Amino acid sequence: MTHFSGFSLLKQALNGHKGWRAQWPDSQPKAEYDVVIVGAGGHGLGAAYYLAKEHGITNVAVIDKGWLGGGNTGRNTTIIRSNYLYDESAKLYDHALDLWDNLSQELNYNVMYSKRGVMMLAHNTHDVQSFQRHVNSNRLNGVDNRWLTREEAKAFCPPLNISPDARYPVVGAALQMRAGTARHDAVAWGYARAAAARGVDIIQNCAVNAIRRGPDGAVIGVDTAKGFIRARKVAVSAAGNTSVVMDSAGLRMPLESFPLQALVSEPVKPIFPCVVMSNTVHAYISQSDKGELVIGSGTDQYTSYSQRGGLPLIEHTVAAICEVFPIFTRMRMLRKWGGIVDVTPDRSAILGKTPVKGLYVNCGWGTGGFKATPGAAHLLAYTVARDEPHPLNAPFTLERFTTGRLIDEAAAAAVAH
Amino acid sequence: MLLIHCPYCEDTLPELEFTYAGEAHIARPADPSTLSDEEWRDFLFIRTNARGPHYERWRHVGCGRFFNALRDTVSDRFLMTYKAGLPRPPLTNEAAE
Repeated sequence: MTHFSGFSLLKQALNGHKGWRAQWPDSQPKAEYDVVIVGAGGHGLGAAYYLAKEHGITNVAVIDKGWLGGGNTGRNTTIIRSNYLYDESAKLYDHALDLWDNLSQELNYNVMYSKRGVMMLAHNTHDVQSFQRHVNSNRLNGVDNRWLTREEAKAFCPPLNISPDARYPVVGAALQMRAGTARHDAVAWGYARAAAARGVDIIQNCAVNAIRRGPDGAVIGVDTAKGFIRARKVAVSAAGNTSVVMDSAGLRMPLESFPLQALVSEPVKPIFPCVVMSNTVHAYISQSDKGELVIGSGTDQYTSYSQRGGLPLIEHTVAAICEVFPIFTRMRMLRKWGGIVDVTPDRSAILGKTPVKGLYVNCGWGTGGFKATPGAAHLLAYTVARDEPHPLNAPFTLERFTTGRLIDEAAAAAVAH
Repeated sequence: MLLIHCPYCEDTLPELEFTYAGEAHIARPADPSTLSDEEWRDFLFIRTNARGPHYERWRHVGCGRFFNALRDTVSDRFLMTYKAGLPRPPLTNEAAE
């Protein structure tokens, strides 16, 4: 693996950039692996990286039915934050935030993590009470979050209209300064490159058709489009398709898959300095480094695997943005996309062991999986390597839907689902 | 935009007039006090989440009534809709495609 640095860039510039090589090989499957990870998104690739780096397990394959990073890793709005209400969630997402902090250096790959701040607007008394409760709860957990008056919100985000005559007046806001955005593709590529450098095989365009179990019920491998691959352990990190994959191992999941749409505008000069979310009017917006406004809201109402979603939701989202930011009413939208998100009944992830020996699952991140990428990857690797959950993901079991110990996290999307 | 046929109004109308109401044909337990934790989990939380033909409930806001539908979740195409209370229709060859 070529080490990226200012010096390597200069050297390549003098050579006309003819010396850059492929960052990872396009691997073909071997007959047997210690660990097979289903799903080559940020979570799966990251888990392979941490398995190799922190646990010395390098005989690992990451298998995907498409190209790496082509699922929800490439279909989100790249927002990173950790201002969740409950202790379990706050600790989990703050762990991810800690890893985001140093990720570019760790991977020697610029993931463009930008701590530009995420501001959640309060439009009414209920919002104020709810967000202040979040701020207080977060601060007790050591999670960065603070309350802003309307004027302070305006100072932080000048395009904000704080006039009391606005259709939805802004009465205050909660601000997490550590929060921000990152470059989604770079996260997948950076983990893929770093994992491949440590011997991990990344196998693309190879659908996993079924998980195969032995006579004693334990996992023995996966049936794929390129034949059977033997594996001692299998970790499923397949987002919207997780329940389909788990079904083949005989496990029915508490998951439903919904399209989550987002859209971007034409690129414009820097106008929007942070991420702004409005639960009440129901949309969120930021500006990418390319200059596009990145806009999203909630999921479509019906389950689907179409990766498309319906136009009414886009109309609803854009209408909400125009209500809060009338200056954007004449912006032209460039493209929209849909990712299939797997949603649990309590809106919290499932990350841990399963009743099947040798089978692990990382799913249920719903509309908030991107921000968790390094944390989920790190904890999945820990769980797979040690066959027991890390204290941070111990509450996020599959069993909680039997015991009733749910983590009822309404803040999971920041906008209502 | 989905176009959905309301079997009561006998009219095909835009998605905006309808509300999705989850998987269909999930029967309430006949004797709730005898259910084990696992049975409660299955009833409350476990869903088919079918990739392909999916039996589901919708409500037509116009007439206020619930009905069932069979929709392909990959293409989002409605294969049929039928009145609530009718038994689950079998998957025809056409529907399974």
